[in-house]
Formats: sequence, C-alpha cells, structure tokens
Amino acid sequence: MLVDLRRQLDSKTISAVELTEQFLRTIAEKNPQLNAYVSVLNDYAIEQAKRCDDDIAQGQIQPLTGIPYALKDIFCVKGIETTACSNILRGYIPPYSATVAERLRAGVLLGKTNTDEFTMGSSTETSAFGVTHNPYDADRVSGGSSGGSAAAVAAGLATFGLGTDTGGSIRQPAAFCGVVGLRPTYGRVSRYGAIAMASSLDTVGPITATVEDCAIVLEQIAGFDALDGTTSDRPVEQYQAILRNVPTGLRIGLPTEYFETEGLHPGIRQAIEQIVQQLKQAGHTVQAVSIPHTKYAVPTYYIICPCEVSSNLARYDGIKYGFRADSAEELLEIYQQSRAQGFGVEAKRRIMIGTYALSAGYYDAYYLKAMQVRTLLRQDFAAAFNEVDVMIAPVTPQPAFKIGEKTTDPIQMFLEDVFTIPSNLAGLPAITVPCGKIDQLPIALQVIGPQWSEGRLLQLGYQIEHLPHDS
Amino acid sequence: MSLSRDQVIHIAGLARIALTEAEIEKFQKELSSILDYVQQLQSVNTTGVQPTSQVTGLENRRRADIVNAQFTREQMLASAIETAEDHLKVKSIFKGYVS
Repeated sequence: MLVDLRRQLDSKTISAVELTEQFLRTIAEKNPQLNAYVSVLNDYAIEQAKRCDDDIAQGQIQPLTGIPYALKDIFCVKGIETTACSNILRGYIPPYSATVAERLRAGVLLGKTNTDEFTMGSSTETSAFGVTHNPYDADRVSGGSSGGSAAAVAAGLATFGLGTDTGGSIRQPAAFCGVVGLRPTYGRVSRYGAIAMASSLDTVGPITATVEDCAIVLEQIAGFDALDGTTSDRPVEQYQAILRNVPTGLRIGLPTEYFETEGLHPGIRQAIEQIVQQLKQAGHTVQAVSIPHTKYAVPTYYIICPCEVSSNLARYDGIKYGFRADSAEELLEIYQQSRAQGFGVEAKRRIMIGTYALSAGYYDAYYLKAMQVRTLLRQDFAAAFNEVDVMIAPVTPQPAFKIGEKTTDPIQMFLEDVFTIPSNLAGLPAITVPCGKIDQLPIALQVIGPQWSEGRLLQLGYQIEHLPHDS
Repeated sequence: MSLSRDQVIHIAGLARIALTEAEIEKFQKELSSILDYVQQLQSVNTTGVQPTSQVTGLENRRRADIVNAQFTREQMLASAIETAEDHLKVKSIFKGYVS
C-alpha cells in the first residue's frame, strides 16, 4: 500500500493534494457512521499536502512525504486540539508536538482518532466522544483503546494510524478490525507528547494495512529521543529492507497457558494451528512453551496500571489548563468538582483503585506484590525465550464483541486483554497479523518476541501475511 | 474484600473527586469487586523476589544542566483556563475570601 502510493506520488500520477482530498471525501462520507475520527483537519491537511507537493517537485522526498495518516487523539500536536477523548481536556490546544508527530511531519495529518478516555478501555466505549463502530459490523466495537485508528485504517479513512499500547490497545483493535498493529519494545519509540496513562507500560506504535507498511512507519518513528529518558539508543533496524529475509528454521513457541485459557474461540485456535502447520512446512520448528504466571497477568496489571493512573492523572486539577468546573467557589472545590465533572467513570474507578492501593498500609499488599509478580512473569518469558525465538498466540479470546456487551462489569472488560497484557508487563514487542474471519468478523494472531526483536517479528509477520489462508 | 461507604468517601477525598450519593454506592460495589479480583495475587509466593519497576534495565540518563526553554510565556498562557495579566488566575484559596 504505502509503497504503491509512494510510487504514484513520485511519478506524479497523483498529487499529495489529490490524494488528501480523496481521503477527506471518504472521511466525510463514512466517518459520521463509524466515528473513527473525533476531529478532522480539512484545511490543515490540504495545507500540508500543498507543502508536500512542493517538496516532491523539488525532489525532497522522504518515505512518508505526502502520505495521509491519522493520529490517536492521545498525541499532542502543536496548535491542534488534543483531548485524550476526555471532557477534562476538551478545548486543550498543546503548545508543542509529540516526537512521533514531529517524525511524521513529511506526511499529511488528516485528523485525530477516537480512543477510550486516556486510553482506559478495550472498546472506545469510555470515550467522551462516543464509541467507534466496527467497519465489519456497526453493532460491534472496533476494540480499544486505539479503536479509532484501527477502524480508520480498516475502512480506508487513513493509510495508517498511530496508537498506544499499554495493555493491548494497539493489538486488540487491530485484531478486531482486520489490520496490522505493532506494540514495540518499551523504550523503542518516544512517548514525549503522548498523554500518559501508565508510564511503566505505555508504548507507541503503528496500525497499518499491511506488515510492510508497519515496517515503513516503525522505521520512521523508532529511536532515541532526548526528550524521553526511557528511550533506548540502540540503533534502529532497517525494517523494510530486511522484511523478506526471514531466516529459515526459526524456533516458534506456542504458550500452552494461552491456548488453554477458558473462553478462547475454537475457530481462532484452529486458524492459528493451521498457520502454524504451514510455518512448519516452510521450515520452522514448533514447540509448546510455558508461561506459568499467565493467569496472574491481568490482576497484576489491574494493580500496576491504576496506581500509575492515579499518579499521572493527578495533574488534571482544573488550575492550569483543560476543564474547570464553573460551580467551584474555592480551591479544594475546583479540584474536586473539576475532576468529578471532567473525568468519566472508568477514569474515576482507576484513579480510586490506584489511590487506595498506594495509600498508607496497603502499598506492600498491592503495588509491591504486583511488581514482584511482574518479575516472575518476566522470568517466565526469559526462560521461554531460551528455548524459542518467537511465540505465536491469539490476540483476543473472541472476535469483536457487541457494543454495550461488556460495559456493565469492569472485570469482563479487563479479561478482554488476557492475551495482550503479559507481554506489556514484560516490556516485549508483539505484532498483530490478521489470520482469517469467523462469521464475517476478522480474527488475528500475534507474534511475540524478546525485547528489541521488532525486525524478526515483522519478518515472520510478513511471511504469515503471505501464506495462503482461508478468509 | 469489601470497602465500606466511609472508605470510598475517604479514597475519593484523597483523589480529589467529588462523588454523588449514587456514585458512592456504585463505586463501593465496583471497587470492592475489583479488589476481590486482584486478591488472587496473594496466593503467589513472592518471598525474596525483587520488584520490577523498569523492564529494559536502562540506567539513569544524565544531560548537561543547561536551560533549554522551548516555550514563551505567551505560548504557555495560551492554553490556560483563566489569566490575569501574565499570571494564571484561580479561585480564592481560603473559604469566604473574595478576591
């Protein structure tokens, strides 16, 4: 996709302005039903596209020059409203841009896409702007939290989008929408200007139509950033160039606990088994591996994440920027009422769980305990990656669920992330690759690797994408 | 693990979130059930296990202590909720004091 568009733009078969206008027309036509974008930047996009056409005319061409894309509304863009889909940030115009937005400046930003409030959710149902509908079935969710970017890419409303993945927020919506999504190693992509949820877990990554597109975009956004002290200065691989050189004889692990998890749709298991068979025929070896603490990953996450949320979201106090409640008369009331009116229910739940777990007398039993179990889970993965090079696993237990199906019970929604959370806790990269459909709904697998193995994941993802499989 | 009504009010106070009566009742149930759910971690033996707070082993990174102001005062005040001259304006800090 991106390679084709690059060729068309460079040969002037189409101009960046024409391409951008095409996308803006598609957005105008389809977004009212989908609700993938929460803001569309019509004039701004055309302005950028004109600049791109000038650059192309002058031969100043970067891989993404003139390519129209979308950013999850969690990334600050200078001068453009950025809300994290929360009422507490409505109207907020950042004075600076996220590093990833700067690194994509050669492209054309079409708009900001929907997310669960502050990325807290698996369906975009906690967004202050309402739910994003699944492009394959309007009664179903597109997943979350990066559901807007995934739906936009799936429905042709953007060539690619960026998301964030703290507990599965790139991979799960990519799976529900039948597109590719990569959560990189913690520290591979700068988070400067990405509004924080849980800082020991948050990562930034691409959502794309193909694995090759994913390689192209990741290559642009990855790498050290002086503005984010958690980024690594390891060199960034040339992901696109190495994409087709997948080594033969990779040792592929199937984590037993994942496949034995209650509620896993047999159709998803079968689709993955079929692909694994084909990979065996292609010369890879396959073996079972064990991640014994898998079942503790979700409860561990639902301590660590809310604790970090309660700390990160303390800054929204109605004083400096964002929303301030009119009803408040004095300082304490500004805090209490601005936060009461500005935050949605999931944000309040997580802030309160975190506040409780970190309060005097409870720290050891909750936060410390969870950080210790996190160590055990990391050790499980380290041991497994002594035996295998990568793992293949389901992304979600089921295809996209119905809107409203899981909103009454918060724990039901947490369990949506059962297969994505373990790799987040261990800081591992993983890529979602579509692997067929069940009743017209997309399903997917993920390839999980050791830290810094994005190149390998893209190679194997590309090979899987090009296997013949049922759809 | 059941939270009392008073505990919910106390937590909300610490978190600076005003709750309605209906919310107190709702959160009492929901927070209790979440705490019940995470309680299963108590069955994991973690004796002598080091906690993980950082996953890539990155050490502290240092930089020269040089002022690198990227923003003007006007730019920063542009996103403010309310300003007076060159300052952020807030409501009175003490009850009954009208500025």
